[in-house]
Amino acid sequence: MTQPASPPRPAASKSRPADGPSPLRSVAARVDVRTLSLLGVLAALILIGGITQPDSFLDTDNVQLILTQASVIGVVTVGMTFVIISGGIDLSVGAIVALASVWATTVATQEYGFAGILFTAVIVGMACGLVNGVLIAYGRMVPFIATLAMLASGRGLALQITDGKTQMVTVDGVLKLGERDSYILGIPPLVLVFAAVTVIGWLLLNRTTFGRRSVAVGGNAEAARLAGIDVRRQRLYLYLLSGLCCGIAAFLLIVLSGSGQNTNGNLYELDAIAAAIIGGTLLSGGRGTITGSVLGVLIFMTIQNIFALNNLETATQQIAKGAIIVAAVLVQRRTASTT
Amino acid sequence: MAPEPPLLTMSGITKSFPGVRALDGVDLQVQAGEVHCLLGQNGAGKSTLIKVLAGAHQPDDGEITWRGERTVLKSPIAAMRLGIATIYQELDLVEGLSVAENVHLGHEPTAAGFVVKGREAKASTVALLKRLGHAEIDPGTLVGDLSAAHQQIVSMARALSHEVRLIVMDEPSAALDPDEVDNLFRIVGDLTADGVAVVYISHRLEEIRRIGDRVTVLKDGRAVAGGLPAKETPTRDVVALMTGRNVEYVFPDRPVEPPVTEPVLKVRGLAREGEFEPLDLELRPGEIVGLAGLVGSGRSEILETIYGARKSTAGQVVVDGQTLKPGSVRAAVRAGLGLAPEERKAQALLMLESVTNNVSVSSMSRFSRGGWLDRGAERKAAQTATRELSLRPDNPTAPVRTLSGGNQQKAVLARWLLRGCRVLLLDEPTRGVDIGARAELYSVIRRLADEGLAVLLVSSEVPEVLGLADRVLVLREGRVVHTAPARDLDEHRVLDLVLEGSPAS
Repeated sequence: MTQPASPPRPAASKSRPADGPSPLRSVAARVDVRTLSLLGVLAALILIGGITQPDSFLDTDNVQLILTQASVIGVVTVGMTFVIISGGIDLSVGAIVALASVWATTVATQEYGFAGILFTAVIVGMACGLVNGVLIAYGRMVPFIATLAMLASGRGLALQITDGKTQMVTVDGVLKLGERDSYILGIPPLVLVFAAVTVIGWLLLNRTTFGRRSVAVGGNAEAARLAGIDVRRQRLYLYLLSGLCCGIAAFLLIVLSGSGQNTNGNLYELDAIAAAIIGGTLLSGGRGTITGSVLGVLIFMTIQNIFALNNLETATQQIAKGAIIVAAVLVQRRTASTT
Repeated sequence: MAPEPPLLTMSGITKSFPGVRALDGVDLQVQAGEVHCLLGQNGAGKSTLIKVLAGAHQPDDGEITWRGERTVLKSPIAAMRLGIATIYQELDLVEGLSVAENVHLGHEPTAAGFVVKGREAKASTVALLKRLGHAEIDPGTLVGDLSAAHQQIVSMARALSHEVRLIVMDEPSAALDPDEVDNLFRIVGDLTADGVAVVYISHRLEEIRRIGDRVTVLKDGRAVAGGLPAKETPTRDVVALMTGRNVEYVFPDRPVEPPVTEPVLKVRGLAREGEFEPLDLELRPGEIVGLAGLVGSGRSEILETIYGARKSTAGQVVVDGQTLKPGSVRAAVRAGLGLAPEERKAQALLMLESVTNNVSVSSMSRFSRGGWLDRGAERKAAQTATRELSLRPDNPTAPVRTLSGGNQQKAVLARWLLRGCRVLLLDEPTRGVDIGARAELYSVIRRLADEGLAVLLVSSEVPEVLGLADRVLVLREGRVVHTAPARDLDEHRVLDLVLEGSPAS
């Protein structure tokens, strides 16, 4: 079932006059109720943060911190959103981030400097995505199982490479990227990468045949196949894309922490899935937005920050996260049934 | 009718959903022991009415009187306790459970309140199946392993496992073959003889003549006629009540001159083991060829194999002299084939998407450069196609799920029109389409053929094949038993051919 049970609708109930869409109306149509409610939640959180910790919360450093932390998981979430829209799931994102980050920070790789680290992180991410994609698209494995296997073996391989040790980065260019000196107009480069990934992801989903095919495969794979879409190849590309995003995220994490660790990206899969879901992506596929997912990430990061500033325990924070997921889904079901 | 008070009286039932009044003051009166038929086009309100009766929907207004007492059916369980059982069109069985478990689902005989007495459940299931004339169904079989007809029997057994006084059957014959329909009617006869009332929903007028006592006709959420005698009311009158006009089927004229061009599609010895035997077929531009046959005669399988959705085990499909790669939908689409499948919602449409996205999905590369979509051009081209088929509403951004069945089918046709396809494969093109909208669909199909498309049509409604096609292939058990121009055949002849020599079962 891809749709919640809803009463039958008449064909004529929503016929609008079919004149050319005015620019204003098309903007209004795009910023739907869902996006507005997410923006509302974010605004409320900012208000709460501002009231409880008026000095520290709205401080430039703190805002930069929130956005920087959001960048890593945000890039992963963009890839995850595509996968979920296509009706799949990628449980291996955290493991891929870990594996890519340790592979890119081995002594051998670091000899090639900045380019070596970046290139390795991206290639390892894409290679893992390729394996996922081949297993799912051509090996006809269920995405849950295939990516679960990747999760296990990816983490294992990461542990084997590092032997459990933290691999410090010695390449200056990489370390510098995380420092205040490289901020552009006050914006950390990591955040710029996140912004770029978001914009490219949005364009890819909404303006290209790739995006349209992803939605079609997720909405109705059989219909997509009978319409002449190469469903398998599309699936392969989607997991490759998710792997690529993990590779980029791994690089961002290396910059952020100045190291590579096999414990990196722990539970990223859950955070990314949760962010996509509260952003309005249907877990069964066929519907979802990049905007929603990114807002989902920002909401989570803001909550985390507020809790930290107010010295609340991680435990409380996790309970709050869970409650927000439930609340978001309930609200969405409500709005879906009234529109 | 008998002087005793009616078993069920529904009066002034009104039910609205956001944006639509599904029922508008409907009255329905059912006597014990009668077969009361409910007729109406899709969207007339039949489903809503029976859901109210089943306790699944609460009416906004109106009264329900059950055995002389006013009642409120506040839940499906409440309705069941009163003795109202509903057999829905889409069977609501759990495929992973056994027959006996399904029959007793929700009211299992238990010891100590939670331990299911399996043997008792099995024994009562056997008794019920026997009563339904299907003692051969093993209560231990998984429901998912049963045929559609047997699943329906299980569904009926489930209804009868309660103390039942009224059974609602929603198009029970839709998935059945003729001999299975006979058994269904025998069961209905037994039930009514025991004093059980049956509310019977069907599109098939001849069935209603055979088993119905009275007919209530719904149109646009209103009961336009209540309690008409089922056997005596002339068909013309019933159709007029349902549609508000006096025609049942109107078929467009055939072209005077049959096309003499080279065939665009040549099927040579195409076969799929276990499904259909080697088939030869030629299709010319401008020609509509019909495949007539029962469910299970291989009609849909043939279409899907030509289209590459199933992989052939022998033979070839040649389009314009080019042999298609077997089992490749993409090759077929590239060569100019288009399929409007039987299960429109499951196999063709992206229900959450707009009309435009549904129409353009097979031609996206035409509106893109390097993967970048020109959405303006896309919408314009899609709209040109939908306008040519007069799809309503004329709104390219409308979600396709809000369209009626006929317009959803037009969206599928528009997809192939936009793609510029040369051979159109239509599988049950009017399934789920209102009678009123069918005539329009027929003329659309004929017009597409007149414009040079070759059409291969599958339909279980013989009049449709005969009325629309130029040439008809009659199928029986995966084999073509007769080929003739449609004008040389009539319904009786086709039915004879379809049934002739089929092994008694």
